[in-house]
Amino acid sequence: MTATAHPTANDTRSLTTASDSARAARRRSRGDDSDRSAGRSPAKTIIVTVVLALVAVYFLVPAYWVIVAATKTTEDLFATNGFWFAPTFALWENLGRVLSYDGGVFLRWFANSVLYAGVGALLATYFAAAGGYALAKYDFRGRDTIFGLVLGGVLVPGTATALPLFLLFSQLGLANTYWSVLLPSLVSPFGLFLCRIYANATVDTSLIEAGRIDGASELRIFHTLGLRIMTPALVTVFLFQLVGIWNNYFLPLVMLSDSDLFPITLGLNNWRSQVDRLPEFYELTTGGVLLSIIPLAIAMVVLQRFWRGGLTEGSVKA
Amino acid sequence: MTATENITTAGAPASVRRRRGRAGSGGAAPWILISPFLALFLLTFILPIIVAIGSSFTRVTRSGLFGEAGVVTGFAWFQNYAQALADGNFVASIWRMFLFGIVQVPVMIVLCTILALLLESASARWPGFFRAAYFLPYGIPGVIATILWSFLYVPGLSPIIDMASAVGLPLDFLGPSTVLWSIANIVTWTYTGYNMMIIIAQLKSIPTELYEAARVDGASSWRVARSIQLPLIRPALVLTTVFSIIGTLQLFAEPQVLQDVAPAIDSQYTPNLSAYTTAFAYNDYNVAAAQSVLIALVAFLLSFVFLRLTNRRSS
Repeated sequence: MTATAHPTANDTRSLTTASDSARAARRRSRGDDSDRSAGRSPAKTIIVTVVLALVAVYFLVPAYWVIVAATKTTEDLFATNGFWFAPTFALWENLGRVLSYDGGVFLRWFANSVLYAGVGALLATYFAAAGGYALAKYDFRGRDTIFGLVLGGVLVPGTATALPLFLLFSQLGLANTYWSVLLPSLVSPFGLFLCRIYANATVDTSLIEAGRIDGASELRIFHTLGLRIMTPALVTVFLFQLVGIWNNYFLPLVMLSDSDLFPITLGLNNWRSQVDRLPEFYELTTGGVLLSIIPLAIAMVVLQRFWRGGLTEGSVKA
Repeated sequence: MTATENITTAGAPASVRRRRGRAGSGGAAPWILISPFLALFLLTFILPIIVAIGSSFTRVTRSGLFGEAGVVTGFAWFQNYAQALADGNFVASIWRMFLFGIVQVPVMIVLCTILALLLESASARWPGFFRAAYFLPYGIPGVIATILWSFLYVPGLSPIIDMASAVGLPLDFLGPSTVLWSIANIVTWTYTGYNMMIIIAQLKSIPTELYEAARVDGASSWRVARSIQLPLIRPALVLTTVFSIIGTLQLFAEPQVLQDVAPAIDSQYTPNLSAYTTAFAYNDYNVAAAQSVLIALVAFLLSFVFLRLTNRRSS
């Protein structure tokens, strides 16, 4: 435990910027950008913008390629320049085939991903909020032990638990069911950690006491008062958990063998692995990739302002 | 744990701090609130860890020619660990990840720091657009990102290879000496924008007064970046580096997907791929458990060493 306790104490320092970033947000809304731009010179602006644009090309090239590739027939995919459209525009045929292949299995994978990520993130956020609130606002035996365990959990990588979890779930008869992917997705140690910090800093004990005097039960106070005050932190926890589950590959790969239960990541990789034998899978894969990244691309851009970086979990390349 | 306490309340004025103390023991309420999380945490974190450690110390022996005479499970001491560490390919995969991390993590951290500073500098036009463009790959699952990039790596399909060979430059993204860096490219592509967002958030929390004071002193933007911004975003840099180190040792999806197009990637290319192969191809769950425990230990050790080093330098 010493090995885990030490680094987390340091993480705390950087993670606990909730109040800092709130202050910064207030400052930004007053419009202090104007006074920072005073020293702007045209030459510098051009150089910086050109550099940023070149980097943007790097980040957008694969997305651009898949848009172009999805409009081509399999022959054109190999015969024409990959960065430009072919004379035959086959986008709708390709997408039609993606959606109808194997009785619409693509839509099923997509729905599975929405189920795993949507339900998983929603419940995980609620459980983390309740736990974090309890740890922050009540004094009870075992509180510090629980918190210490959860802090250790933040640093345990998901892939380290996936294999033993599979062994455990096989014995319980849960492997290769929706539950095998959903249950581990319901736990967010980082979410609880964040909710505890946030509840500590924002939920006022005198409000809780006022609620008690009004005769409200402890659970009612949490649901009406605590959840409402903690909303900004809950949005962050929800988004992280949502993307984390949506992007997860190792856990479903280990758990699931029935392709009807696959999330979209596993399904598309299943298609891709067949391109060597059947070249038509190139079109299915590129079309499927395009369809699967559209909703996420929109979500990332629209929800950008909710990503409060100071409260972030960090890269988990699973 | 006391550290957390001090820091969270440090920003609040003393009067507020007193009012925001704990609300008593609350009877059964805290236990009702925390029990769903706790039950799931025990089931999906604590229990698997115990199972992993337990099975890494046991050995299943089948008696009879085909195991028909029964299966005996016995305590194996460090036999599984010895077997894992005696496996040259597994140890080589850990060293490969060291090499990968020593190059990829600094490149990514430097890149995302520069991007964050440029985007937050007054000179940047359309920062919102660029921020969104850089952050976009984080929303694309690693597997899908790898499928995308694998199409850009495969000869015959990749326009990049076509263009390079048109100007007489033969590119091979999937050769034995290059494929590791092709994986590094995918990882950098996916996580740079995300790490950049963490750093931007910390940059935004720097008080404006500091910038104003620097301007009064006539400091250049280079000077501001070096003397004010970089020291103040240190916690974010440490955090992103630690998570990148842990992430590097977990590398799995990218090499697993690229395996089909790159013969240079064997089934034990990364530690996690190795554990996966041991468990599901060789059905040796005990050695696989030992490998998982070793991977987690190395990740802890590296983060610990890194935090020690950065702490010593700051004090």
